[in-house]
Amino acid sequence: MYALPAAPPPAPRRQLFVGTAVACAAGTMLFAGITAIFLRLRQDALSVAGAEWKPSAAKVPEVATNINLIAFLFIGIFAQWAVYSARRGHKSYVALALGLVGLLGVAVINTQAFVYRQMALGLADGTYEMMFYAITGTYIALVIAGLVFSIVAAFRFVGGRTTELEIVSAHAMYWYFLSAMYVVLWFVVYVTK
Amino acid sequence: MITIDPQVAGSGTDAARVDAANERAGGLMAAVADWITTADHKKIGRLFVGTSLLLLLGVATIGLLLAIERIDATDDLIDAGAMPQLFSLFRLVLTFGVVVPLGLGLTIAVVPLQLGARALAFPRVAAAGFWAWLFGMGLMIGSIVANGGPGGGNEDMVQLFLVSMALAVVGLVAAAGSLATSVLTTRAPGMNMRRVPLFSWSALVYSLGLLLALPVLLGVLILLYIDHNYGRTTFGGNTGIAEWLSVSASQPATFLYAVPAFGLLLDSVATATRKRLPVRGVGLIGVGLVGTAFLAGVAQVQAGLSPDIVDMQTNDALREIVPFAILNGLPLLGGVVVMLVLLLALTGRPRVQSPLVFSFFGAGMVFVGLLGNVVYHVGDARVANTVFEEGAWIYVCYGTVLALLGGIVHWGPKLWGRVIPDKQVLPLALLGVLATILASLPYYIAGFADQPAGATTFSYSGPQELWNTLVAVGHGLMLLTVVAFVGLASKSFTTGDHAGDDPWDGQTLEWATSSPAPADNFADVHIISSSEPLLDLKPARSEGAA
Repeated sequence: MYALPAAPPPAPRRQLFVGTAVACAAGTMLFAGITAIFLRLRQDALSVAGAEWKPSAAKVPEVATNINLIAFLFIGIFAQWAVYSARRGHKSYVALALGLVGLLGVAVINTQAFVYRQMALGLADGTYEMMFYAITGTYIALVIAGLVFSIVAAFRFVGGRTTELEIVSAHAMYWYFLSAMYVVLWFVVYVTK
Repeated sequence: MITIDPQVAGSGTDAARVDAANERAGGLMAAVADWITTADHKKIGRLFVGTSLLLLLGVATIGLLLAIERIDATDDLIDAGAMPQLFSLFRLVLTFGVVVPLGLGLTIAVVPLQLGARALAFPRVAAAGFWAWLFGMGLMIGSIVANGGPGGGNEDMVQLFLVSMALAVVGLVAAAGSLATSVLTTRAPGMNMRRVPLFSWSALVYSLGLLLALPVLLGVLILLYIDHNYGRTTFGGNTGIAEWLSVSASQPATFLYAVPAFGLLLDSVATATRKRLPVRGVGLIGVGLVGTAFLAGVAQVQAGLSPDIVDMQTNDALREIVPFAILNGLPLLGGVVVMLVLLLALTGRPRVQSPLVFSFFGAGMVFVGLLGNVVYHVGDARVANTVFEEGAWIYVCYGTVLALLGGIVHWGPKLWGRVIPDKQVLPLALLGVLATILASLPYYIAGFADQPAGATTFSYSGPQELWNTLVAVGHGLMLLTVVAFVGLASKSFTTGDHAGDDPWDGQTLEWATSSPAPADNFADVHIISSSEPLLDLKPARSEGAA
């Protein structure tokens, strides 16, 4: 074996943070791929004179979708509050902030369920319906992953591992990613329809 | 009447035998449990590599069957209805069951050692990725065999095919994520990105490319599943599956899967010359350029040039030329850059070592595939929808496999502690390259003669039986190569000569630890001050002549 000079343990390179960034990149590509196909199919459908993309009978409950957008604004604030409090060792505030993120995440899913109910689209009714459920369903799956992340972060931090700030930062980044994705979803599916 | 239990009568020896048997069984169970629950990157990598090689045996057999079927273009040996599924099985399993996981396995096993890291980042994610891929691939093959898959007649099996392929893709993405994070976060002190070994650099390019391209494929699978299960209005139900999945398993997307072959080639040539790689930075750029093939997987398109493009308006022509140049030209440019760096390195008079021979021929075959792909996408070549594409694809896939076999020879000592004798394994490299050429080149020729892609009945002028016979021989030789390699490797890695810590006179960190590498790889964390840290310690041997 070679006598290379030994070094002290290297400074941590924020493995969890980088790993979460990598996962967010993969999630972005998943969502972007489905969104691109949604846009392509919409363009193809609307290129035919007189054809419609979204069934005219299906009304988007815009209040609910806008509330979700606002919820994501607050999710970002609370997630960052958790990071801020974790850096200062405010354990109870971290717990509160992570809890609020989780609560709003559940609210987002609830609102989406409300949107499904209001629009009353059948999955097998046509291309728009299929794409609508595919894009929103994939998004909800990513939100559920975010809720799991919130629960894990809360258990670890509140359970006493208060020096592990990285998980709270990574958690915030994941929810920023979800917020950015929701803005795209909101604009593509609910605004430009 | 027997009143004495014979087991009791001989209790001394029998009990000992039973204990020994129990111990053996317990030891076996413990070993199995250890492999199933392992978080050691070397074991996870070996699981990927071993399983991929086993699948390669099956896939080469299918390739052989398909080629035999095409020798007599008027008669069907295999049920004509099964042919679309057989073609799909061949393409999807060779791509996502062999080439991609083989590259991932080798990089997962080796890269942490090259980086001077004690472990892979998120090793359990990588292990979960392996099992997800394994189960997904097993179910996928089973579903195609049971009349599922693209164009399959059994609805449930088609559904199972889509779900299982999605599971396999998720597994590959998980392993790629773990690998990318490792290169980004676990490098030894002083090892900045310019000092990362070329194979590890290729692993980073490869894993990031997979992370960006495969989720798009996953999205397509989700849409295909929903479409097939419900409306069947948009994606063509079972008949549209092959078309939607074909982009990710054909050129130029497949060049991404060959990126580790180029990194391995540059690493092994530097080792064989015992000198620092000349214009190393250019080599990094070359490998990165080959990695731009991920764009085809992301965009899910193949950009070709229309016939008679020279007669087109400038704007219309540019609209075709720009995507063509980006998607097909950039990976080719990367291949050219790597080959130029290789030529420069070869002036250093390398020793003839089996890893270099394998990776030289393997990457060379991929390069021929890169050239073929450009020709295929030029409309005036008039080879669209012919077997020319299959020829290029075989060049890329078999070439990548060949190069990665060289990687197994190269890093075998670090993974198993023993070496494969050079003299025994070198002929296999030559057999492998002959197999690849025979399995591909005739299709380049037959493509110009208009032999249609994915068809078993056709007629065209020329010796069509000869071309398809040569292809069959090529697949047969590849099967033989893999069988011989697996046999030789199994024998050498279990009963062969023990390897020294640095059997190839290497330059990178993995050769600074013992062979086989211990569970935590290194006793100490090392400080790195160049891209060839071991060469710094042995200048007299390596660059003494200079």
